[in-house]
Amino acid sequence: MKEEEVKIVGFLCNWCCYAGADLAGVSRFQYPPNMRIIRVMCSGRVDPVIILDTFLWGADGVFIGGCHPGDCHYLQGNYYAEKKIDMAKRLLKKAGVEPGRLRLEWVSASEGERFAGVMKEFTEEIKELGPIKFEKDEMEAACIAAADYSLRILATKEKELLEEGNKYGEVFTRHEMDRLLDDMVREEYEAKRILLKLKRPMSVKEIASELNLKPNVVFRHILDLKRYELIEAHEIRDNTPTYIAKVEEGVE
Amino acid sequence: MTEELRIGVFICHCGINIGGVVDVPAVVEYASTLENVVYAERNLYTCSSEGLEAIKSAIHEHELNRVVVASCTPRTHEPLFRATCKEAGLNPYLFEFVNIRDQCSWVHMHEPEFATEKAKDLVRMGVAKAARLEPLEELTSDVIPSAVVIGAGISGMTAALSIAKNGFYVHLIEKGSEMGGLLRRLYKLYPTEELAKEFLEQRIKAVEEHERVELHLSSSIKDVEGYVGKFKVILDENGVEKSIDVGDIIVATGAKELEPEGLYEYDGEKVITQLQLEEKLRREDLNRNGIENVVMIQCAGARGEVVKYCSKICCMNAIKNAKLIKEANPDINVFIAHNELQAYGEEYELYYRDAKKAGVRFLRFPLEKRPKVRKSDGKLVVDVFHERLLMDIPLEADLVVLSTPLVQNPDAEKLSKMLKVPLGQDRFFFEAHVKLRPVDFATDGIFLCGTAQGPKDIEESISQGYAAASRATIPLAKGYVSSEAIISSVDEAICVGCGICESVCPYGAVEVVETEEGRRAKVTGVKCKGCGTCGSSCIKRAIKMQHYTDDQLIAQERTAFVTEREVVS
Repeated sequence: MKEEEVKIVGFLCNWCCYAGADLAGVSRFQYPPNMRIIRVMCSGRVDPVIILDTFLWGADGVFIGGCHPGDCHYLQGNYYAEKKIDMAKRLLKKAGVEPGRLRLEWVSASEGERFAGVMKEFTEEIKELGPIKFEKDEMEAACIAAADYSLRILATKEKELLEEGNKYGEVFTRHEMDRLLDDMVREEYEAKRILLKLKRPMSVKEIASELNLKPNVVFRHILDLKRYELIEAHEIRDNTPTYIAKVEEGVE
Repeated sequence: MTEELRIGVFICHCGINIGGVVDVPAVVEYASTLENVVYAERNLYTCSSEGLEAIKSAIHEHELNRVVVASCTPRTHEPLFRATCKEAGLNPYLFEFVNIRDQCSWVHMHEPEFATEKAKDLVRMGVAKAARLEPLEELTSDVIPSAVVIGAGISGMTAALSIAKNGFYVHLIEKGSEMGGLLRRLYKLYPTEELAKEFLEQRIKAVEEHERVELHLSSSIKDVEGYVGKFKVILDENGVEKSIDVGDIIVATGAKELEPEGLYEYDGEKVITQLQLEEKLRREDLNRNGIENVVMIQCAGARGEVVKYCSKICCMNAIKNAKLIKEANPDINVFIAHNELQAYGEEYELYYRDAKKAGVRFLRFPLEKRPKVRKSDGKLVVDVFHERLLMDIPLEADLVVLSTPLVQNPDAEKLSKMLKVPLGQDRFFFEAHVKLRPVDFATDGIFLCGTAQGPKDIEESISQGYAAASRATIPLAKGYVSSEAIISSVDEAICVGCGICESVCPYGAVEVVETEEGRRAKVTGVKCKGCGTCGSSCIKRAIKMQHYTDDQLIAQERTAFVTEREVVS
């Protein structure tokens, strides 16, 4: 593959989008050869961790194809997919990557021509953005944040919170939900950035200056990370405590 | 797995379909350099008998324990290649499909070099996944050879009788004290004009007399548990709790007529519903009351007034009742004020013409200007807006009949939760697929018929009753159900029992149960359909979606543009 060609990975649901891609083939609709397709049974299967890992491993764009709303072979998988992909986009943004590199599209089994059209369009969009650029540490932090429970709960429960409300019957407005998502994503992302920094011992001040965060914010994260036994106190250096990550938390 | 990986790769020319664009020999050569690949070959048609023989003999000769075929689409050919692996003694789930026709040669026809490169990449991804495949087994589970039919209206009775005639035991559950449902309240049926009572009596007799139908009157469902083949239905029968074990369930709970409270001066006496009219016709008390003018109002409460949908049966029902009145008492003026009029099919169209011939008068109103009912000098007047004259036509009426839509029973909500089957936007039960699976629910072993699914007439209710019965008979007759091998599984050591998986599963296949270690999620294999939404939702990533595991998908995605060796290093 030539240098200037962009690399795209697509996760397509077996029942709609994959079938749509097949139809594009059967009908000989031509489209750019940049995407490598991975078949999954349902778009709801696609985990934000896997999406971010795909970027981490060099994809310039990631495409998710599912059934049109109401047509999901598994009833609601595509609705959950939508929320999960939204979460992945928020994390991408945190890691300094254009969220437009991740695209979710509903393509039915009968939309071969549309599939080819979407492929052309998305490839063009990614070409315009050019090869992906990110700091490895930042993308890794996004990956680990996506793997951690709090954002996973939120991504899955978003639909329920917006439609049926929480345990006390309080239904969230879109605005409230967005604010909650923004806060949680920022919190989790910061915490994971700190965790990754602590592969070597560092003090709160050092972390704060490297990550350009306020020391009190870093300290709060340090206390949380310590409570969850992810980091421990290392040594006192010049009257300042330093911390270190307990276990090497890798991205799976 | 400690066993040494021995992957065989078969690249198909598909005649010229693939070979005409993709450089197949180059892909074969590339495949043979990949990690764990011990054998690679190309076939003119891998799906031909020679091609399949080649796979089988290579499995033996090269002791292959994984097979990758790069050819057309798994959506048509995966079962064939899986079966071939199985014949050669290899677990069929140790097979991986790579699509280099629909995704390569056919869509990049003018860029053979790129198509070849892409084919190599796709094969590499397939090999990476194959290296991580695990053998899977299809589970089978016995089916209790009996069924429950909930609701003894016409469709429920039809379904119950049909299953019983097929040789299986049926429990017919009815919340009321007698069978018949809505049909019990009708006078005559269109288009045959036979008496509903006579029609119903034959049916009731047949059900009562059938040795394999057990009737539970005045019974309500308290709880349902289990899955296809092994349902346990708990009943409250006249205050006595009963437990019934069955193989599958048919929902035939019917519907009710919308009570038009507050609409069109409805009072149940001078302004009545069609069902109340049927009652009057049955008692023949129309002519006794000196009624001269009858006005029927269609779509009362329907199509945007109270409910959004068209109730489908009210047009024909009104035409029938109007015609019966007119034929019995030609002196009574009968008007039908309608918006659209549905008398579909030849039979109904002829029936409508007969009604016109009998003297029933039809008046069309626009939906945004529905008729108004008012009282003037103690008499009822219906103002019908005339579309051409652009003015209200006042019709004096001794009786106003409202054609109201069928609506869902209020207790359907509870039943839908117990059965874990959905209700649609209109609150009627929602089938798995409107065209492909019209009487199935998405959940296996639960079926649907009659007006519980939406308004329909007797003929359609009966057809659906038969359809649901024949669908329900399949597992009963087979005696077993086999489940997907591709299902999710829970790592209990990681699971914390939060229950998020349970909340996203549309099939009730994952449930949190108490174990010795505390609360843990548990997958019921036969219920799982393998979508994997639980896996991507699991907060501890403790759920593994077999055959599409995180490991496998990550291996595919990471090798999309680099080799496995680069990934490992």
